[in-house]
Parts: sequence; C-alpha cells; structure tokens
Amino acid sequence: MADIPGYRRPHKGTQPEYLYPAYASTRKRAPTRPLVVLPHTLSEVTGPLFGTDEVRPEDSDLTLQHAAAPLGERIIVSGHVLDENERPVPNTLIEIWQCNAAGRYRHQDDSHDAPLDPNFSGAGRVLTDKEGRYRFVTIKPGAYPWRNHPNAWRPSHIHLSLFGRAFVTRLVTQMYFAGDPLLPHDPILNSIAQEGARHRLVADFDWETTAPEYALGYRFDIVLRGRDATPMDK
Amino acid sequence: MHLTATASQTVGPFFRIGLEHLYIADLAPAAAAGDKVAIHGRVVDGDGKPVNDAIIEIWQADARGRYAHPDDTQDKPATPDFKGFGRVPTDEHGAFRFTTVKPGSVPGPRGMPQAPHLLVAVFMRGLLKHLLTRVYFPDDPDNAADPVLKLVPAERCATLIAMKANDGLEWNVILQGENETVFFDY
Repeated sequence: MADIPGYRRPHKGTQPEYLYPAYASTRKRAPTRPLVVLPHTLSEVTGPLFGTDEVRPEDSDLTLQHAAAPLGERIIVSGHVLDENERPVPNTLIEIWQCNAAGRYRHQDDSHDAPLDPNFSGAGRVLTDKEGRYRFVTIKPGAYPWRNHPNAWRPSHIHLSLFGRAFVTRLVTQMYFAGDPLLPHDPILNSIAQEGARHRLVADFDWETTAPEYALGYRFDIVLRGRDATPMDK
Repeated sequence: MHLTATASQTVGPFFRIGLEHLYIADLAPAAAAGDKVAIHGRVVDGDGKPVNDAIIEIWQADARGRYAHPDDTQDKPATPDFKGFGRVPTDEHGAFRFTTVKPGSVPGPRGMPQAPHLLVAVFMRGLLKHLLTRVYFPDDPDNAADPVLKLVPAERCATLIAMKANDGLEWNVILQGENETVFFDY
C-alpha cells in the first residue's frame, strides 16, 4: 500500500503554542516534555463524518429554540469553509456555543452576575452545503468578566467546533467581532503570534449577509488543514 | 497559492452547551464483532489535581481494522452501525469512562502494520489547541514493532499503553511532570 498523503503542518506563528503564560490556565495544563512528531497514517487521515441525522433545521437558528425570541441584537453569521488548498469542505458539521446578550452562559459553572435568558440556550449546529457554505442566526453575545488577571474581560465571541474530513483536521476556535475594544487585551486571542492569523478570527460586518429589516450580518470564513500532496482526482 | 488554516482557540469551561449533543460513551454497537472493553482513567494537571472540565474524543477502527470512512479502501468488510467516534467529558473527580471494542490492526507508514490503537484528542480550558495522543492495549504482541511507538522515547512508551484493571483497562492523561503522557505534534 502506497503512503497516504498527509496534511500540511502549520506555518510558524499561525497557531498558538500550548504554553502562553499570560493565559494563566495554560501554566499547569500545557505539556512540558517534547511532543513527538506523528506521521499521518490511515488513523490520522480518517475521522468521523456526520450527516443530516445530527442536524435539524432549527439547530442553525438560535433565536427559534424557545417559546419567544431571545433578548439581544439578532445577527446572521455566515461564511465559507475551505481547506488550505482552497477547496470547499462540503457537508461538514459545525457546532457552536456562546453566552447570551448579557454575557452569561447557560452552564452551572458560570457564576457571572448577569441574567439568564429563558429564551436562549446558546447552542447550535449546522452542516456546510456542497460548496462549503454555512449560515446561522443568533444574537450577539455579550462580554463577560473572567478571573485571568485583574479586571479581565473576554471580548464577545462565539465558539465553533469543526471536524473536516480527518481526525487531524479537527478544529475548535472562537470567532470575534470587528471593532470590539477588548480584542487587543485578550490573552486567548493574543496567544496567536502572527497578526494576520489573529485578524482571521475577527468577523467583519458584511452587507451581503445583512438581511433588510431583520438582522446585521457578519462574515466568518474558516480554513481547515489541507493535504500536503494533492491526491489524484477520481 | 495556499490558504492558512484558521487558528485554534480553547474550548473554555462551558463546552458542554455546544458539544453535549454528541456525547458518546459507548462506541460499540451491540452487534459489533470483537472484544468489548471498558476504558477508564483520569485527567490530572501539573499540580496533580484532577481536571474536572476536560473532554476527550476518541477515533478508532473496528475490530477488523477498518475505519468507517470512505478513504479507507482496505479490502475488509465494514461493520454496520460502527462509527468509531466517542466523546466523553470528565466528571468532578477528573474521571472519564467509555466502552468500545478493541480495534484490529491498520496499515501504517510504508504499509507496515500498526498495533491496535485508539486516537484520543483532549480539550479543556487552558489548552489553546487540543492535545492528541494514542492508547495502545496491554500485552499486545504487535506493540513491539509498532511504527509510531518506535518514535517515542522508550522510557515514555508506557504512558500510551493502557493498564489492566479489575473492571477493564485504565489509561490516564497526565498533563505535566515525570509521568507526563506522550502527546503528539500532529
């Protein structure tokens, strides 16, 4: 059996290192011994594929999951999921979660003194279409304090989890909002050394996504790892 | 011209909201061939404290060594209903548990067989990108020749091999220190 083409290794500075002391929780959780470079075998280039069984239409609209609409500014987030070779990643599962407009997560461990919204769960799922496009409707999440350092606040963000086609294309990331004054002060975003790579986590306001009389739109494109050598097209 | 992959960010402490719908602690459909095995362990930080807000994901082949994926073109029958994916959070004691079947051998670099193994991804607050490691099975004669275990310093290989326990197998994730689990640059 011929060797399987692996996936590209990251360019320096475009992914965070494990240890980033300004993000205090990394200090006792980042590995301290050398990582072992893993060849990409059949185990790494395969991974779970999900289909329509996991996603219902209401899963991609977080404002329709309860009896009434959640409070906050309704927004539309959409974009394109591509791989590093600029190929669309179709039919791939995106899982999202976020806090509500007041900056509070529906989670037992969130003790921030901000109100829960009975009409907002903060969880969604969507599959990309055959061109790799996705779209979901939600409300703009609030900022909230955390205990990383004195007077620490997380900028508004939405968590996203993607699988792609292989276990090594798995990606969990966060989407931020252009113009947020907290962005330069956030150690989690600043853990990415390269400015361009940080900038790509910031969604821009987008007229094309904006729906008249309904909601502002934000565009957030996502790039998953691509194969190092292009396998023969079938 | 290539694009650059989007940067990873931590799952944070509240991932349950978004990830719970796919919690899967039993990877083995009732009819699946192979030896059922329960694997349990704990996730422990650099102070030796249990990590109660971690989540692990498992990816594996079936008992014949076939992945439920179209890029696995091996001439082996697929197991109906076998997906090979699991996702379990740690509890307040940092403990996790899942049930599966021992996978068969799958091909490795240059077609060399790999010993049966699971891939495990570890996510938590404080990890800006997930960790990737592997679990091998105790007393498997193929471990000695496994092409990935051979890349690991001999004195650290034990961290990748589950231990026999009363009720199945035990395998722990030690984030830092002398017995730190081997994590891969993937």
